[in-house]
Amino acid sequence: MTIEIFMPALSPTMTHGNLIKWHKKEGATVESGDLLAEIETDKATMEVEAVDEGVLGEILVSEGSQNVPVNTVIAVILEEGEDKEKLNNYKPSNLKPSNKEETISTTSITPQPVILATSVGIAPNSSSPSVEKLDRIFASPLARRLAEENTLDLKSIKGSGPRGRIVKSDVENFIKSGNTASEMGFGFPRTFSNVTGNGSYHDEPLSQMRKIISQRLLKSKQEIPHFYASMDCMMDELLKARKTLNEKLDKAQKISINDFIIKACALALKDVPKANAAWLGESIRYYNNADISIAVSVDNGLITPIIKAAELKSLFQISAESKNLIKKARENKLAPEEFQGGSFSISNMGMYNIKQFNAIINQPQACIISIGAAKEGPIVVDGKLKIATQMTSTISADHRVVDGIVAAEFLVAFKKYIENPLLLVLA
Amino acid sequence: MTEKTYDLIVVGGGPAGYVAAIRAGQLGLNVVLIEEKKLGGVCLNWGCIPTKALLRSSEIAHILKEVGTFGFDISTPPQFDLKKAVKRSRDISEKLSQGIAYLLKKNKIEYISGRAILKGNGKIAVSRKEQRELKLSAKNIIIATGAHARTLPNIEVDGKHIWTAKEALMPEKLPKSLLIIGSGAIGIEFASFYKGVGVKEVTVVELQEHILPVEDIEVSKLAQKIFEKQGIKFHTNTMLKDLKSTKEGISFSLMHKDKSEKGQAEVALLAIGIQGNVDNIGLSKTRIKVEKGHIVTKDFGSTDEPGVYAIGDVAGPPWLAHKGSHEGIVCVDHIAKQPHVHALDVTKIPGCTYSYPQIASVGYTEKKAKDSGFDINVGRFNFQANGKALALGEADGLIKVIFNAKTGELLGAHMIGVEVTEMIQGFVIARTMEATEADLMQVVFPHPTLSEIMREAVLDAFDKGIHQ
Repeated sequence: MTIEIFMPALSPTMTHGNLIKWHKKEGATVESGDLLAEIETDKATMEVEAVDEGVLGEILVSEGSQNVPVNTVIAVILEEGEDKEKLNNYKPSNLKPSNKEETISTTSITPQPVILATSVGIAPNSSSPSVEKLDRIFASPLARRLAEENTLDLKSIKGSGPRGRIVKSDVENFIKSGNTASEMGFGFPRTFSNVTGNGSYHDEPLSQMRKIISQRLLKSKQEIPHFYASMDCMMDELLKARKTLNEKLDKAQKISINDFIIKACALALKDVPKANAAWLGESIRYYNNADISIAVSVDNGLITPIIKAAELKSLFQISAESKNLIKKARENKLAPEEFQGGSFSISNMGMYNIKQFNAIINQPQACIISIGAAKEGPIVVDGKLKIATQMTSTISADHRVVDGIVAAEFLVAFKKYIENPLLLVLA
Repeated sequence: MTEKTYDLIVVGGGPAGYVAAIRAGQLGLNVVLIEEKKLGGVCLNWGCIPTKALLRSSEIAHILKEVGTFGFDISTPPQFDLKKAVKRSRDISEKLSQGIAYLLKKNKIEYISGRAILKGNGKIAVSRKEQRELKLSAKNIIIATGAHARTLPNIEVDGKHIWTAKEALMPEKLPKSLLIIGSGAIGIEFASFYKGVGVKEVTVVELQEHILPVEDIEVSKLAQKIFEKQGIKFHTNTMLKDLKSTKEGISFSLMHKDKSEKGQAEVALLAIGIQGNVDNIGLSKTRIKVEKGHIVTKDFGSTDEPGVYAIGDVAGPPWLAHKGSHEGIVCVDHIAKQPHVHALDVTKIPGCTYSYPQIASVGYTEKKAKDSGFDINVGRFNFQANGKALALGEADGLIKVIFNAKTGELLGAHMIGVEVTEMIQGFVIARTMEATEADLMQVVFPHPTLSEIMREAVLDAFDKGIHQ
């Protein structure tokens, strides 16, 4: 039987890898444990070892290939007695569906899919022994003991010793830089919390989703020069319009405030296309459509399904689509194309009565809008006190892409649509 | 005249410089090594190696004294021929020096014989004997010019009655009496040599409270006791007030607390440390700072002048060849931007004194560990209780280990006894690889060996000793 060698997932978040070097040529005899190839991720260079023996039949991904999706078959090993003829027109057996369309390109600027969190499409190949080997943490006995005494997870510590071995000074520097077990809540094994038997806390190992959320949001906050701008919108007209519409609709069809907001954002982006953009490092991408990512909380995390080309869709279409996507998100049934991509994000905490907040930008998008609660309160109009319902919206913007004036123009346009809901219904 | 350009110029071909040059060659740097005198530096020509060759003679002298107990008839005791011993020592140095020339050639490292002077801005001029001056430049320069014996003001080293280590290495005849100023490794090794081969009066003067001041006090005290048994005299807490050459030898006066004492001897040996070779190498053309006779360096040997590094003895204590060599490797790895380069940690550098018995140590002494605030566990084991030591007829000695009580880190190890300079490496590996007591207790030591003393000392630190 032919044995397929896959691009391994060297870390839980690895989606693509670069094939740096083949250590065996086609036709070479391969024994278990032989070094086959070197793979590079954004974090490290790792070695792929042979698990089975045979002859390296065909190399399917050549040296120097970049952004090879995880689980792509990169080579085939023939077992004893197998003929190379068998490999003519060889078709890899199990490319993941999500990877089917992806081609292996040698250019590196493929924008990362916008995933806040997912277990789909990442598929760590944990059954491969060469991957299991990577779980071993190299650390000196003293470093291990210090980590244990301070209830630190060695996985969180970067090694500086020979070949990246974790040594005493790495643990000490880790502690010195303010990392302590009880404060940070890293993924410690639960056993530590039970040392005393009646601890007043417990440590929860990180789920896959939390790991991705932490990585993506940390990266965003570290890399993006965020700035924020807030605007109050009068909601009375919108609430009135919604009431009128919903009176005529079935319960399942009722339109939410969020649906109005999606539509308002889409139209505002059409008016101010400079806010509908993404940072690609070497260039800025301006989107033709308003693909609105909506942050949906799910069990122990969040995900951002997308209403595509929302500017072209009616309020009713948006409402139906959004209900469907939120349902799928909560059932963990979103297809990758339903949450990867997007040009602009909305995060709405109005339902929790939050007055105002500043969301973290969903990379590589340039803007996210944070929606607060619609609240009744006193306002002053023409020198007279009045009662009105207001909603505070805050845009978080990537200043590399969007200047203050663009953010302001967007908010002005957004306010116009929210305060004149007929424009939303008619468009 | 054209100026030749390199990736790296190494000034000085001692154990720091030539090792740095070879490492740079391995990493593919275009490197040149400049040495004014002999390849191998003090270590190979005037220090480590020739003294070891001489000390072998005194070791044999000690064995010969006991040879009757091993069943030999020594009715005519063998006579010591100083000239032969010195010649043997010089021959070994010469052979090794040629070996370094071969290593440089093998690693394709350009070697220039001459004196290098820094000219600032990465430039160096090399003056050569009967040849024109060379002009070189490089992005990186490593100064490894070494050091020379420190002397005292108003005392002239005449080579006849007043010596430094260099003169002590090539005596024409054995003096009848020898006064040694300083009880560091150099002073103690020469005391051991000269006493061993038959000098009647060997007296050592030490300013500090204990001899071998960098060693653990317990080891220093035991060493003094054993040396005194051999007939060496010690004056600790004592200052040399005066030293003069006379017709017959020297006269001196010592100051112990308030008491002054006068005396005479044939020869005085100054062993009061060394001083970096910082003069006339062009440091004034750079921003390099010199303090207490040594170039001021930070991590990886970097100086205040960008692109100029200093390693080895010229960069300060500990004055040990292996410290210089390791500094050379770390410095070059840093220059070549190699991964995982750690700056030198002096608490992982072993120190050895090749007296009879030998002394070796690594890391914290008990006092230093306590002063640093560590909660410690101390273990000891004596040579008297070790089978191999008794079989060798070498029952004097002690191994002492110091652990961090909280983490199990091996903080230090201190040894005195036969062949301990060969054994210390076991503890250096343990300390460098960060073994804890739990790992060391799992190590199986071969029986019967002296190394079993190491194991018992570790066990003793945790009250688990089997043989005591």
